[in-house]
Amino acid sequence: MLPFGNTLRAIRLAFKSLLLHKLRSGLTMLGIVFGVFSVIAMLAIGEGASAQAQQQVLALGATNIIVLSVKPPADSAQASGGGRGRSFGLQYGLLRSDYRLLRGLPKIVGAVPIREIFSETRYLQKTPNARVVGCTSQYPDMNHLTMQRGRFIADADEDKLLNVCVLGAGIAAELFPFEDPIGKAVQIKTYRYEVIGITQERTASAAIGGSMSGQDYNKDIYIPLKTFQVRIGDRVATAQAGSFSAEQVELNQITIQVRDQKDVLPTAEVIKESLARTHAGKKDWDVVVPLELLRQADQIRQIFNIVLGSIAAISLVVGGIGIMNIMLATVTERTREIGIRRALGARRTDIVQQFLTETIVLAGAGGLIGVLMGLATPVAFEGIQWVVENFVLDSGTQNSPLSKMFTDMHPKINWFSLPIAFGISVGIGIIFGIYPARAAAYMDPIEALRHE
Amino acid sequence: MRLAAQLIDLQKHYHLGEHTVMALRGVSADFPEGDYVAIMGSSGSGKSTLLNILGALDRPTLGNYILAGYDVGSMSDDELSEIRNRRIGFIFQSYNLIAQNTVLENIQVPMLYRRDARRISAADEHRCLDLAEKVGLGERLDHRPFQLSGGQQQRVAIARALVNDPEIILADEPTGNLDSATEKDIMNLLTALNNEGRTIIIVTHETSVARRAKRQIVMKDGLIERDGMLLTEDGK
Ligand SMILES: Nc1ncnc2c1ncn2[C@@H]1O[C@H](COP(=O)(O)OP(=O)(O)OP(=O)(O)O)[C@@H](O)[C@H]1O
Ligand SMILES: [Mg+2]
Repeated sequence: MLPFGNTLRAIRLAFKSLLLHKLRSGLTMLGIVFGVFSVIAMLAIGEGASAQAQQQVLALGATNIIVLSVKPPADSAQASGGGRGRSFGLQYGLLRSDYRLLRGLPKIVGAVPIREIFSETRYLQKTPNARVVGCTSQYPDMNHLTMQRGRFIADADEDKLLNVCVLGAGIAAELFPFEDPIGKAVQIKTYRYEVIGITQERTASAAIGGSMSGQDYNKDIYIPLKTFQVRIGDRVATAQAGSFSAEQVELNQITIQVRDQKDVLPTAEVIKESLARTHAGKKDWDVVVPLELLRQADQIRQIFNIVLGSIAAISLVVGGIGIMNIMLATVTERTREIGIRRALGARRTDIVQQFLTETIVLAGAGGLIGVLMGLATPVAFEGIQWVVENFVLDSGTQNSPLSKMFTDMHPKINWFSLPIAFGISVGIGIIFGIYPARAAAYMDPIEALRHE
Repeated sequence: MRLAAQLIDLQKHYHLGEHTVMALRGVSADFPEGDYVAIMGSSGSGKSTLLNILGALDRPTLGNYILAGYDVGSMSDDELSEIRNRRIGFIFQSYNLIAQNTVLENIQVPMLYRRDARRISAADEHRCLDLAEKVGLGERLDHRPFQLSGGQQQRVAIARALVNDPEIILADEPTGNLDSATEKDIMNLLTALNNEGRTIIIVTHETSVARRAKRQIVMKDGLIERDGMLLTEDGK
């Protein structure tokens, strides 16, 4: 529409007249500054939260399908438990035959059966509680575990029913604060197991839905599954509050891996159908698909972004109204100047351009400052986290999942949001600038000249 | 002789609710190129209204205003702007400089609104400096209006009126706010412009000012009462 040189001159003029009223221009700009800042900050926090969720889900493996044993609700438990004989206690969950069945399904490249109990462990005077996991040699690959020292359980250990164990980094430090654990023997229940390796530290995975509790891999002790079956057995008795209960579970979990992400969902369906058939409708199992959780997390992220973005957008609109208000006052104040310019030959479009440029420069400068402030979001958020950690959370709530989620979260600036937020601020300048600019342009020049 | 402007039975009405004010009720006059006219008359007789129409700031309600061969009454707002920019130079009683601009910038304003050459070239800059020199303000280019006396401000306005080289200079009581010595300086400037061949139309209450013109028009109640060489430089 206008030659470039003109636009540049118009912008320079706009700056000049805005600088005439520095305080007023600055205050007017604040609305846009904080609007843009909050858009960027909100998006960064939403992005950070979703990145956190995504990371936790990815830790479960995007090509993995997790099949879990689920304890049936209490009333149905009585019925099935009674049916199988009181002496065995409650029997439920995945069977070794399920593992053999699932392992044979097409597209599956790996399957790890797991049996776990919580038990006291002992080395000399140290008796920490740990999660004892019976598993096979494929376990570290599927759970992104790496060895710090020694080796993991091998197939040969299983075949020979060896009493060997691998310690998580945390439990190793607890049992052996001063000694080298390798070669020492840890007692679990009635047997002693020789330590053959220690795993690298690994961040805990999050609790997913209702079916998977979060896993702190650092407190795990791994032993060969067959050894588990023979030495510890399927049946676990717990005595609590005077009553005695027993459970009989063959496998707690089967982690299945498919070759390709596109095979995940169809294979999960096949698994569900197979288990529904073999368990005869008894719902003592569940299938968790991390990939699906990833999709859900992504949707939640989008919802978050839209909601947070909209809230921030409201402050931008408020900022725009502030600008419009000031521009209307400016136009009234400069009525005389408008009359002079019109008398000297300015067209209406020239006046519109002059005032619109001023509004856009004001909003754009505010947007630019807001973007710069937005870049500081991570630092600002760290400050908030520090305040929350030191003044809001006490030792009781510090480790709750929610507060952990908050304190572990890092805002992630979405680089797209920077030009977009700046563009929106310029757009706000245009939208809220047009009315005052037109009001200026459509004044009667003679009356404008007479204005005091 | 070519006409710079021609008024044919010009009327201007203002509607104030029920009431209609007839500010001009049928004014006809010819303004040959190079003319120097003073418009006089009592307050409210329609002098400013007439001058605003002559300056293409306003359109007549009835009748025709022919400026350089064009009928101004039928022009669009943009065309009126162009006429004002190209062909008219305004000088106001209250100077009407832009407060935040320097002397030089004020002189340049009409150049910003030229249709063809909006960029201010080196030649344009030179022309502005020459004009400032001509009105005696060569030393004060960087001053702002509030740093100048009334007479100096009016000189800036005159330089600004000349910058696009207009055929007609319109002045509404240009010396109304000035003392008699400064009035004389300003009128000397206007006379010099007329001697260059520019048409000058000036509204005034002062006979001392009107006497400098070649021709006087006296208005009364929206009509021309008398028109001709009513006053001469030397006495009545
Ligand atoms: N915008 C307007 N609306 C209504 N009436 C107007 C308007 N402008 C001028 N008038 C009326 O038109 C008449 C002529 O006014 P004008 O300003 O032309 O007088 P003038 O001769 O310039 O007077 P003065 O010497 O006091 O400046 C007056 O009665 C005035 O009230
Ligand atoms: Mg008047």
